[in-house]
Amino acid sequence: MNKKSLTQQMYEARWCYLFVLPCSILTGMFVLYPIGMSWYFSLLDWSGFTKDAKFIGLQNYAEAINDPFFWNAFYRSFIFMFGTVPVKIILGFIIAVFLNNQVLKLSPFFRTIIFMPVVTAIAIIGIVMTFIFSPFNGPANKFLMATNLTSGPIDFLGNPDTVLPTVMGVYVWKWLGITMMYWLAALQTVPQDVYDAAKIDGAQGYRLWIHIILPIVLPFAIVIILVEAVSALNVFPLIETMTAGGPFFSSEVMEVYIFRTAFVTDAGTMPRLGYACAAGVFWGVAVLFITALQGFWMRRTRRI
Amino acid sequence: MSKYLNFIAEKNQLRYLTITVFFLIFSFFWIYPLLWVLSASLKTDFEIWGGLGLIPDKLIWENFERAWFGANMGRYFFNTLIITIVSVVIVVITTGMFGYVIGRYSFPGKKILIGILIATIFIPQGYTIIPVFDLLTDLKVSKNLIGLTIATAGHTPVIYILLFAGYFSRIPVELEEAAKMDGAGFIRTFIMIMLPLTKPVVATVSILQVLHAWNDFLLPVVITLGNPDIRTLSVGVYAFKGEYFVDWSGMAAASVITILPIIILFLFMQKYFVEGVQGAVKG
Repeated sequence: MNKKSLTQQMYEARWCYLFVLPCSILTGMFVLYPIGMSWYFSLLDWSGFTKDAKFIGLQNYAEAINDPFFWNAFYRSFIFMFGTVPVKIILGFIIAVFLNNQVLKLSPFFRTIIFMPVVTAIAIIGIVMTFIFSPFNGPANKFLMATNLTSGPIDFLGNPDTVLPTVMGVYVWKWLGITMMYWLAALQTVPQDVYDAAKIDGAQGYRLWIHIILPIVLPFAIVIILVEAVSALNVFPLIETMTAGGPFFSSEVMEVYIFRTAFVTDAGTMPRLGYACAAGVFWGVAVLFITALQGFWMRRTRRI
Repeated sequence: MSKYLNFIAEKNQLRYLTITVFFLIFSFFWIYPLLWVLSASLKTDFEIWGGLGLIPDKLIWENFERAWFGANMGRYFFNTLIITIVSVVIVVITTGMFGYVIGRYSFPGKKILIGILIATIFIPQGYTIIPVFDLLTDLKVSKNLIGLTIATAGHTPVIYILLFAGYFSRIPVELEEAAKMDGAGFIRTFIMIMLPLTKPVVATVSILQVLHAWNDFLLPVVITLGNPDIRTLSVGVYAFKGEYFVDWSGMAAASVITILPIIILFLFMQKYFVEGVQGAVKG
């Protein structure tokens, strides 16, 4: 079918190449190149700040998979994901269903309020929340004690048992507005005539929801879950500013672990860039694997 | 939006009222932490930890003065502003150009380009930050705002390109042909005819990039590690916490300086925020 040779086609498309160039250069420099380099760095014994990098093959990887802190952080990231994503999906859906009603006059106002934490800087949220959950007269404890829900102050962020649920709660609060917006977009795709037809057929109440509306929004649910799952694994700023992984590493998720090993932190450890890169690559592959699985699942459901 | 999901019938006053009141209370609790920090920024340290009330006895504007000058938030504010504005300009131009040819033309290698773009969606930022820092050091821009700005612009989410490509692909071909007949070249057609038609996408992408650049944390915290002069607001407040950890009201003021501009922008341009966010699942 193609009469023109490849070079001819490419010559004719010369403007196209010129147009993709700037963005490609930026993406190459700040996305692709760093990925390639981090794979290479992961094979070095290197602090990252001196010239004496030594090639050590896969030793960093071997060390990482033998480090209990690494695995704890690894599992914790997934606890974080499985603990927050379902809550966000369900809560976001319920709120969207209510606020999708145009009859509700204040609906735009409520949406604005629920969305507001989304636009506030995540690092600031982390810092402000250390005040809110402070055991020394923090507003959360004040409220709980004033309403007699607890007798003494709870050290939300200082107790290894409560720190992760607290951070997870803040995460849900911070980003629920986005989930709500996703669901509103999904609900608004249900065409009016589908609803009218269902009404004529006598479908009402929960049956209308289960048989008519849910099947239509289900493909969206899968995309939403996918997007939410990946974002729940990227929680570095919130945790770093709220707890820095503490106390006693009990809220240290993978990204915080990588950050801690890559740079000098209060823990007094030596920075180890090579090792941090190895942990990062391992983590990146794990995330990619999960995304691929979900992508596969998504395709299968869409075909049905 | 249609009336099909209206299970809150207007005639059922009680149900309507219950739902409204519930959401009013819910909204108050939801927004309380933000109101709390706003009120703390105008209180004395003593008053901050005194009670749950939100109205300060007396407005202490000195808190802002201390944060702006003492803690250098003024400088960080302008750093953040410059990074945000310049990166928005870079991002809109580069992704607009990219989206234009992806959306309207076919050329050898297009599929490979798209494939690479999609692949980048799934790579977590966590470990690429280290080589980015290295790259900026090699380019000798790690110690000034230029490096931080181009790195912020370089971390472009693919969604921007997809938004542009989708919009451009829906513009009728006739427009382009007419321009060609008039003797307009490729670049002129793009700038004079195509780009003005995509104003809504330009607005959406700009808003998303403002949000991203203003609120980013990992990149600026790493880049400015040894260089306090180029800190952004988020990093500044974080450092403030480490350096003056007893100045609660000053820190609250610094927090308000950071989050208020974006909240105000959001209130005025809500439509574009929402469109940008929803683009991720609609696409």
